[in-house]
Amino acid sequence: MIQVSNLTKYYGGKRALGPVSFEIDKGETVGFLGLNGAGKTTALRILACDLRPTAGAVSVGGIDALANPHEVRRRIGFLPETPPLYPEMTVQAFLGFVCDLREVASSDKKAKIGDALGLTDLTAVAGEPIGTLSHGYRQRVGVAQAIVHRPQLVILDEPTRGLDPRQIVEMRKLIHELKDKHTVLLSSHMLSEVSQTCDRLLVLGRGQIVGSGTEAELGALQEPTFSVELTVRVPDGKDGGAAAVLAALGGIDGLLGKSVPTERGDGWDLSISSKRDVRAEVSRAVIGAGLDLLRLDARAVDLENTFLRLVAAPPAAAPAPAPKE
Amino acid sequence: MRAIYMIFRREFAAYLRSIMGWIVVGVALLAMGITFQAFGYKSALASEMLQQFFWSSSGVVMIISVILSFRVIAEERQSGSLMLLSTSPVREHAIVIGKFLATLAFLTLILVLSAYIPLLIKGQGKITGTQIFVGYLGLWLLGGACLAVGVFASSLTREMVIAAVVAAIIVGGMVLLYKLSLVLDPPLRAVFAELDLWWIHFQNGFMRGIFNLKDLVYYLAMIYFFLLLAVKTLEAKRWQ
Repeated sequence: MIQVSNLTKYYGGKRALGPVSFEIDKGETVGFLGLNGAGKTTALRILACDLRPTAGAVSVGGIDALANPHEVRRRIGFLPETPPLYPEMTVQAFLGFVCDLREVASSDKKAKIGDALGLTDLTAVAGEPIGTLSHGYRQRVGVAQAIVHRPQLVILDEPTRGLDPRQIVEMRKLIHELKDKHTVLLSSHMLSEVSQTCDRLLVLGRGQIVGSGTEAELGALQEPTFSVELTVRVPDGKDGGAAAVLAALGGIDGLLGKSVPTERGDGWDLSISSKRDVRAEVSRAVIGAGLDLLRLDARAVDLENTFLRLVAAPPAAAPAPAPKE
Repeated sequence: MRAIYMIFRREFAAYLRSIMGWIVVGVALLAMGITFQAFGYKSALASEMLQQFFWSSSGVVMIISVILSFRVIAEERQSGSLMLLSTSPVREHAIVIGKFLATLAFLTLILVLSAYIPLLIKGQGKITGTQIFVGYLGLWLLGGACLAVGVFASSLTREMVIAAVVAAIIVGGMVLLYKLSLVLDPPLRAVFAELDLWWIHFQNGFMRGIFNLKDLVYYLAMIYFFLLLAVKTLEAKRWQ
């Protein structure tokens, strides 16, 4: 569905994206994941034929986007970060306008608008002016305008931006429903968002793809790591306080920093990051030192750690584009 | 053509639905009435009175045209709604022409509503319907040229204030070309005089009920020129 090869975008002398190469199959839901400024929006705007890349090739549905952007525009639906809406129009009239812009046949218009309203759960507010709707509803209208003409490719830039937790859940559900009929490409800086809605992730860091794959595949990129958190109390009558706690755990690999008093002041919180599960050693060390072990939690590495590690990696050097003739 | 019509329809409906649109209509009609009262009402002859009406109304039309047009693209770029058009299979000329025609239609509405003044003058003295028609045609073309300037200025930037200032400077500068021509030697004098927006083509022609084909061609050429600039600007900014 999408083939991208060595895509690069410079703003003046500053590289915003690339070179990046990737492919997306028909029917896939792929998430661009990256911190702010990673190049997600630039990549999506290029795919939506709004921005022209400085270098590289883009093909959507077998059509060269650089040679024929107009044909590609016919095949996509795009929700930018700020939904492109006309506040004075009603939802229904706005979707009708979008259908006209997207060259939907008059005979199909009513059915397609009805489908988009139903899918985005906007039927109840179809007659309301967009300007009177809440932020969550406006975001839904933004999604509706991206899908009303039933494009092959739906591009959603930060679709959950500014939504409250309930609206985020509803938006996730909506994206899941889109997966049945469209190839979906979305972006987010929220890991949980992308991992819950997408089949595959493309992690962008400083304009380049630093990781690609499913959640499990990305997790496997990192050596197993265990994060152990514990709370230790120094019993009454025993001297030493924090120093006694640190002395007891001195032999454990991966002890992070210093101990911190608990909120209630009844002990000390500590963290350990290790390549193996050290819970048994920790408990023996604490009890052996005559201290009370109040809490011991351990969790394996998660996608969040992988994401942070990937985006923190230094970018590969890329040559500047040749000057335009 | 379909895309032009769609954009025209949406834009024109937005004017009709907005309070600001009707405030502009009210202010324009009030300004036409007040300026006519101030400059034209005391003329002895009906034909002079009519000329005074078109003279004072031409200033109002130029200002109103800039107000109507400076925001048409800049506002959409600022609000983000231009992204809908720029990622749709719609050509730049359809966007520019659709928006221009909507502003022209709204200006036409204002001019139609102002027609009571010349009709009152006609009731008081000897003037012909042709004089009124030619005068209004001149106002309409002058307004069209100013609207085209405003649309072009609007295509340059997302800042509406900058667009308004640029449009006002271009229109103001083009009105002063005739004055500038007076201090120049031939052949530049004739060139600058003929490029003037108001003195030669409106004040010496349409305003007096005189129809010259060259005046019509001049205004149509100005409209075409500035709309072409707007199209080229949008093309350059859209897929850059």
